[in-house]
Amino acid sequence: MEFSILKKKLGISRQFDDFLDKVSEAGILFETAVGAYLSDNMESFKKKLEDIIETEHDGDALRRGLEEALYVQTIIPESRSDVLELLENMDSLLDKFKGVLWYFDIERPNLFHELTEDFKELSHCVVEAVESIVRSSRAFFKDISSVSDHIHKVPYWETQSDKVATRLQKSIFQRDDLSLDQKMHLRDFVKHVDKIADRAEDVSDKLRIYVIKRSL
Amino acid sequence: MFLFFLSSGLFLGWSLGANDASNVFGTAVGSRMVRFRTAAICCSVFIILGAVISGAGASHTLGKLGSVNAIAGAFIVALSAAASVFLMTKSGYPVSTSQAIVGAIIGWNFFSGSLTDYNTLSKIFATWIACPLLSALIAAVLYKIIAFGISRLKPDMFKLDSMTRNGLIVMGAFGSYSLGANNIANVMGVFVPVAPFGDISVFGLFKLNATQQLFFIGGIAISIGVLTYSRKVMMTVGQGIMKLSPVSAFVVVSAHSLVLFLFASQGLESVLIRHGLPTIPLVPVSSSQAIVGAVIGIGLLKKGRGIRYRVLGNIASSWVVTPIIAALVSFVSLFFLQNVFEQKTYRPVAYSLTTEAVNHIQGKGIIIKDLNHIAGKEFIDAMKFSRALSEAGHLQPKDRDFIMLAAEIDNLAVTRGNLAYISADPHWLTKSEIDDLEKLEGMHFNHKWQLDITLAEMSTNWRPRENDKDHNENLTHKLSHLYDKLRVGY
Repeated sequence: MEFSILKKKLGISRQFDDFLDKVSEAGILFETAVGAYLSDNMESFKKKLEDIIETEHDGDALRRGLEEALYVQTIIPESRSDVLELLENMDSLLDKFKGVLWYFDIERPNLFHELTEDFKELSHCVVEAVESIVRSSRAFFKDISSVSDHIHKVPYWETQSDKVATRLQKSIFQRDDLSLDQKMHLRDFVKHVDKIADRAEDVSDKLRIYVIKRSL
Repeated sequence: MFLFFLSSGLFLGWSLGANDASNVFGTAVGSRMVRFRTAAICCSVFIILGAVISGAGASHTLGKLGSVNAIAGAFIVALSAAASVFLMTKSGYPVSTSQAIVGAIIGWNFFSGSLTDYNTLSKIFATWIACPLLSALIAAVLYKIIAFGISRLKPDMFKLDSMTRNGLIVMGAFGSYSLGANNIANVMGVFVPVAPFGDISVFGLFKLNATQQLFFIGGIAISIGVLTYSRKVMMTVGQGIMKLSPVSAFVVVSAHSLVLFLFASQGLESVLIRHGLPTIPLVPVSSSQAIVGAVIGIGLLKKGRGIRYRVLGNIASSWVVTPIIAALVSFVSLFFLQNVFEQKTYRPVAYSLTTEAVNHIQGKGIIIKDLNHIAGKEFIDAMKFSRALSEAGHLQPKDRDFIMLAAEIDNLAVTRGNLAYISADPHWLTKSEIDDLEKLEGMHFNHKWQLDITLAEMSTNWRPRENDKDHNENLTHKLSHLYDKLRVGY
């Protein structure tokens, strides 16, 4: 009986890994999809969008399964609410990647050539911020003492993303050939992407507290 | 009638199950690491096993403190202890049956005029102070070791969870065993001298003596307490004392279980004796204090953060208040039972320095000149005789104890009737022992030691042996059974 309980828990550990893999994959898909959009390769963009929708579905299924398992099997009762919150937050990052790509698909912003490099850099910073929080979360489950090795990178990438976002907004608003509605439309896109890094930083702040609580 | 009188002991057992036993699994159940049903079943089974297999150690100490020699007295002693536990628990004090039963026995000693063995009493008090300190120390050391182990092995969160869960069940079972072994004496100890049971054989596999049968019944009462009432207390213990992480909870339960085991294990005692090391007294200790001691140990390790000093104060005061209340309740209840309900709550034991006693004492090399003026006088109880001895002059404690034993008056007669009664129960004495006894038919003894010496002269079976604890304990048990059976008016 004990053995089967242990096996079940190893299963849960694997499911957590799979779920975090999905968040990480969503980041890679996001970055390549944005790259495809910027190079006007809409076919590839569409394919990435479909992939990320599938990844999000898989992530949701894993999250629901984990939430149920944590409650039904009363696993890690002392950290259960924190782990569930972490799951929800990581899932929201995955949703945001998908959401921003949807915006691209629906609104088709006109990202003119001068913005391309900065926009690529912005999406890279955002994906790195999320990747750092994924690594921190993995460490939280596997080796709590090594969380600090990863978590400090989240604010770094968030700051970088803020800097690039500011630069992008400045270059958008300094242009005379765009109307105000066009400028505001582009600014919204910069903000949509930048918000993913902000959200990653919020999650990292909460994760820090979970770590302190578990080490007590 | 015995079962009726035993009911107060069962009530005490029930309250021990409901309160003290909750300490073992409280943190595990309170933190939802272990289900109540698993905890309750595990706890019940191991408490009964601990009580029956290893329960004898701590009960000897209670026996030394005061041998309650009448069943109605034992009933009141257990009832007073149970009432005190109930009263103190209702008032929100963390109490233990150990403190209550010691107080109640002292109340009986005062009422019956028996002497309280202050050596044993001071040993018990010292243990009560040592128990939480030792528990704190063990918890601090264990915590360090486990923290080091976790930092080296780095188990993932779910593996650690699973290991802690299994650890809590294993240590909980060990804690329940130790609790049964250590605290059964509180519940059933006073009934041991008056139990009318003989040995029984269980399917020819093993034998249970009278004490073990009594402890088995007590163990069942404790288990019923666990199953029926401990859930609420477990939740309170788990969530009330201090917020503990599951790993800390495991450390606390382990420290508690080890401490209870140290104070109950006859096996450990004999190992220490064999290696010439100082032994740990086998005394019923409080599981609440062991738990709180362990929590404080972890608290101190974290530089005193989160320690509730008020709880500490309450525990310290309960050490003093509980035995006093139990002693008072016991004394007053004995008075009522004896005088209003006309029940015999104790068998009076008189003392006199008879000629035989004086010769016996002098034979031991104790000079008795100062005691000449009390020689031949009869004292109605131990207290009065002890006072007379004190007035007569200073005596070494060892000599004083010897004189007390030598002067104790009894009325033992070996008659055809009681010989037939003794030989009818084949579990107590062997054939050759019964033969020895038959040779004494018609003899009469005024002192117990006279019977001891007469028997010892007849056969080596009746002589204590050096370094043979089992034989000596068995002999004491047999002799005390004989005193009961041979006593005129039994």
